[in-house]
Amino acid sequence: MAEKVNQTQNFLKGIIKENPVFVMLLGMCPTLGVTSSAFNGLGMGVATMFVLLMSNIVVSLVKTQIPSKVRIPAFIIIIASFVTIVEMVLEAFIPFLYEQLGIFIPLIVVNCLILGRAEAFASKNNIGSAVIDALGMGLGFVIALTALGAVREILGSGSIFEMKFVAEDANTFILFILPPGAFIALAYLTVLFNKISIKNT
Amino acid sequence: MSKKKDTFINMVVSLFVITIVAGFSLGFVNELTVGPIEKGKIERKVIALKMVLPEFDNNPVEQVLLIKSDFAKDSVEVYPAFKEGAFVGAAVIGSTEKGFSGLIKIMVGFKPDGIIQNIQVLEQKETPGLGTKMKDEKFLAQFREKNPSAFNLKVTKDGGEVDALTGATITTRAFGEAVQMAYDEFVKNNSSIIELKN
Repeated sequence: MAEKVNQTQNFLKGIIKENPVFVMLLGMCPTLGVTSSAFNGLGMGVATMFVLLMSNIVVSLVKTQIPSKVRIPAFIIIIASFVTIVEMVLEAFIPFLYEQLGIFIPLIVVNCLILGRAEAFASKNNIGSAVIDALGMGLGFVIALTALGAVREILGSGSIFEMKFVAEDANTFILFILPPGAFIALAYLTVLFNKISIKNT
Repeated sequence: MSKKKDTFINMVVSLFVITIVAGFSLGFVNELTVGPIEKGKIERKVIALKMVLPEFDNNPVEQVLLIKSDFAKDSVEVYPAFKEGAFVGAAVIGSTEKGFSGLIKIMVGFKPDGIIQNIQVLEQKETPGLGTKMKDEKFLAQFREKNPSAFNLKVTKDGGEVDALTGATITTRAFGEAVQMAYDEFVKNNSSIIELKN
């Protein structure tokens, strides 16, 4: 039966088999843009995961009420509202986090991962599956962004989570914190990830 | 429940309902958060003032002086600091649009003779990991206890005395420019700042 989704499978697919960054190559704009350090990657990942979870829940709840011709604008309004709410709440109550992530949050609206999951999964499945799908996909996104951010930070700044392990004035590969470094690091990580995951399945 | 049909009226109604609900919930959250956000902004300003100024006992936020400037889009904010009635310094907001990604806003604290006490970065959108290093102690330390009349605020590459951040010369140039602007405004308005004394 198509309705009966295996929930463990459903959760794990977001992390490995359909990893949004390394396999489906979704949400490339924030992936490449903000991962200049491990912390930035982690923060962006968590913020995206939260919005993905909320939008999946709401989309799955209202899916029968929306005529299919106008579903995309409806999804976008839902997503944009949640992003704005997250931004306002963070700025008001957790200003420390807002200062770190402030400029990334509006970027979440244009992350095609969220719209992609709303369209491909949440609009066709019940709320339980949608929540698990969002958690799996979100976690996959967090892991990918943190890994990419860590690699770029290690090579580009000689530090990890802001902890320096090279001398203060040592020469590092500045290229890796600049935009071209994002493409290079992403490409090699994608190769590595697919090599390992194909071998294991 | 079956899927709603794609009739015109269905489409209009469902989009209308969604936008109304979204609008109201955003308005509601905005109402909840607008107070704390404003309070946080003022608090941050007070913390920044305490960082850049010598010890003071007045309320600089209330005595703020707004000066029209040719260099900035908005008027320049000057916060005077007094201790026991004596003028001990002023914090000037310097800004420039020439950062690598636009606006950079800094707060520069001057002692009465124009020597820089300290600098705090208020707003910036520079490249994380490169330009954002202008907030680091190491970079800011080279400005402290310097008087811009004797200390050339250009980067060494342009014949000045500021060590540029690695890979972020444009940011450093903009930073120096913002400090220079704050200093110019401070010198130009020195007398009117002191007159603010209660």
